[in-house]
Amino acid sequence: MPAVDVVLVGFGWTAAIMAQELTEAGLNVLALERGEFRETVPDFATTQIQDELRYAVRRALFERPARETLTFRNSIEQTALPMRHLGSFLPAAGVGGAGVHWNGQTWRFLPDDFVIRSHTIARYGKNFIPDDMTIQDWGITYAELEPYYDRFEYLCGVSGQAGNIGGKIQPGGNPFEGPRQRAYPLHPLERSFMTEKFQTAATDAGFQPFPCPAANTSEAYENPLGVKMGKCTFCGYCEWFACGNYSKASPQTTILPVLLVKKNFSYRTECDVTRVNLDASGKRATGVTYIDASGKQFEQPAELVVLCAFAQHNVHLLLLSGIGKPYDPKAGTGVTGRNYAYQITSSVDVFQDDIVNPYMGAGALGQAIDEFNGDNFDHGPHGFIGGGYIALWNTGGRPIDQQTQVPEGTPKWGGEWKRARAENYLSAMSIATHGSVMSYRQSYLDLDPTYRDIYGNALLRMTFDFHTNEHKMSDFLTDKSALIAQAMKPRSIKKNYRKGRYSIVPYQTTHNTGGAAMGLDRNTSVVNRYLQSWDVPNVFVLGSSVFPQNHGYNPTGTVGALAFWAAHAIRSEYIKSPGPLVQT
Amino acid sequence: MIPQPTLVSGPLAKLSRRQWLVASGSLVLAGVSYRRYALAASKRATLADHVGPGHLTFFDPVESTFIDAAIARLIPADELGPGALGAGVTLFIDHQLAGPFGHATDWYMSGPWSDGTEQQGYQQRRTPAEVYRAAIPAIDAHSQKSSGKSFAALAAGQQDDLLHALEQDKLHLGDAVSGKTFFALLWQNTQEGFFADPIYLGNRNFAGWKLIGYPGPRYNYDGAIRHYGEAFPLPTVGLMGRDPSRQSAGPL
Repeated sequence: MPAVDVVLVGFGWTAAIMAQELTEAGLNVLALERGEFRETVPDFATTQIQDELRYAVRRALFERPARETLTFRNSIEQTALPMRHLGSFLPAAGVGGAGVHWNGQTWRFLPDDFVIRSHTIARYGKNFIPDDMTIQDWGITYAELEPYYDRFEYLCGVSGQAGNIGGKIQPGGNPFEGPRQRAYPLHPLERSFMTEKFQTAATDAGFQPFPCPAANTSEAYENPLGVKMGKCTFCGYCEWFACGNYSKASPQTTILPVLLVKKNFSYRTECDVTRVNLDASGKRATGVTYIDASGKQFEQPAELVVLCAFAQHNVHLLLLSGIGKPYDPKAGTGVTGRNYAYQITSSVDVFQDDIVNPYMGAGALGQAIDEFNGDNFDHGPHGFIGGGYIALWNTGGRPIDQQTQVPEGTPKWGGEWKRARAENYLSAMSIATHGSVMSYRQSYLDLDPTYRDIYGNALLRMTFDFHTNEHKMSDFLTDKSALIAQAMKPRSIKKNYRKGRYSIVPYQTTHNTGGAAMGLDRNTSVVNRYLQSWDVPNVFVLGSSVFPQNHGYNPTGTVGALAFWAAHAIRSEYIKSPGPLVQT
Repeated sequence: MIPQPTLVSGPLAKLSRRQWLVASGSLVLAGVSYRRYALAASKRATLADHVGPGHLTFFDPVESTFIDAAIARLIPADELGPGALGAGVTLFIDHQLAGPFGHATDWYMSGPWSDGTEQQGYQQRRTPAEVYRAAIPAIDAHSQKSSGKSFAALAAGQQDDLLHALEQDKLHLGDAVSGKTFFALLWQNTQEGFFADPIYLGNRNFAGWKLIGYPGPRYNYDGAIRHYGEAFPLPTVGLMGRDPSRQSAGPL
């Protein structure tokens, strides 16, 4: 294949941002996407997209494990077995990536999150961090990332209420957030009955609720690239669906109309990248190898390789390509695959009698409190690290697998179950907790010794479990949620604690992180603070795979900001003088 | 580029979608082409008109009798309205098992095989279709042995007891298939069939949606969302519109 300046592996959020930025700098950019091309018209038309069975239950927009999956085990002494069908998390396939099916919940991490290790030691002392917990500072500060958060939010047309502009606390916003340079581009989404109920109850319980930041448009919007979006109509089909209304920010609705017409940009779909190719020194990438839909293998030469695939897939590719020393949990050496993390969720169901019409909603329509996120509260008496937000999301009312709450003690099937479904569908609510997961010595990714993908490559192996720290934190959040639930004066509530070991089976969240951590020390990170590989400087790694641990918010805001941050470093420094941006 | 499906006539018209794919030599591409195939609801209906609703494509009569009886206990008909049987869930499950779901087209089904832990999820060699095929005669055989009747011929209370035993893994059907796995699949598929859009042949006359008050997939609640505490006033609608006679569409 003819050489390009830049090859992007994947064509989701981070690739679209990187492509837009680097083509502006005059580079010739190619994106290779494993899935199909998809566009709002005709693929996302509302006449067919609101199909719960096809999209939410049969997972039509996601990767197919038959082609690519991973193996999983809770601990090192177990034998990992393949994830035979999707469950706990849902990596996307296709142009737009997870940016097509996400909810649009667009958060910034807290300033303390980026310096969690040094901050924890300074406030609580070194002994507060368990021996096997491998949390580390990011190597970048919130203040450095702020301008890039701002760029992503304005790209997406985020609807929200600022809580802190330039250090000044704003009424109605999140008082705990880091300072932002200006307000959100759009005012908050209209409040639904159930989010209004949360607002009142959380206030009554003594908290400071605020509207969740939403990449669902509260008004028509034109972003800085000149791409226009329409006002969200609350159809309730964001999560796991594509938006047919140009109202949910995605690569399709924010970047592609500008990018796809550029002469120095091209993309190829149904192309599986299987290797980053290195020269004889192993310190320079020469391009990538990929296999197209007909099974033909190609080599694509490039000056710069940027990994923009889903979190685990970036790590898989690094391991298959021999970039970075693979992590060894026994010796505690190596970096690639180290510090895999996830998030821990729980909920409290609320049963009351008012009709709240759950199906009228939007992916990021919600009210939240942040009192118990990050280090917004004194962890000293509680003995755990981390936290999360508590929110009532009014995402939608899908009848098969979403709005299914029935009161405690209801039989699992039969006539009483049927009656309970009939009585509660229009009126039940759930308060969700969304908690951080720290990184641990024994939570990691490597190559499976047994199982292979369709090309004969070793599958990625995930070794992961929830630790006592996370269970304590999640139970704490669940109990706080119950206070808000009780303030709603319900008939009854049902606390759904996250119990036991991590399971790959029930859906929890697609917020998988780590394995290619960023940082200041090459002995504990795969990429430097500019997301550039320490070992192969013409390889950059984007996405949540660079998170050194996972914090208490949905990751996309930070993923988008980091893509702009890395693109800026490439444009302003790397192009002028290709080579390591951080000297060691 | 995968060709879009076109109207099938002649001998192929009587075939199910899966058979159609086999006949057209494109089964190997089913995983790839499925989404494309399914995108156009109108095309789906066109094909379905020729296949005709009401056709069982997977279950034989013994199996469908069992399913009829079992789902009538899982979601019974009562004063609230039809149950799973009246909502057409047997036909829904039948068509699901005949298609990509039943054949685990998207699943990773390569060995080696091992039971694993509960946290590691599904590790059985059998596809969902094969689980149904193996479990139904095994359950009937058990029922014959213990009470001299097939499952469908048991009294409702006895059927419930047997279903509970399966659910709680207290009934061993031999090495071939796990009763607990079968029950989990059956219950999941029954709920799907009761609440999925009627284009998949269940939720007949919107029985499931009317039970709970879901008005169906709609595109615009701007304005309506401000009407706190009020039931939505418009009638139930599906992807094929409001008319129940138009709902029994695709063989997917």
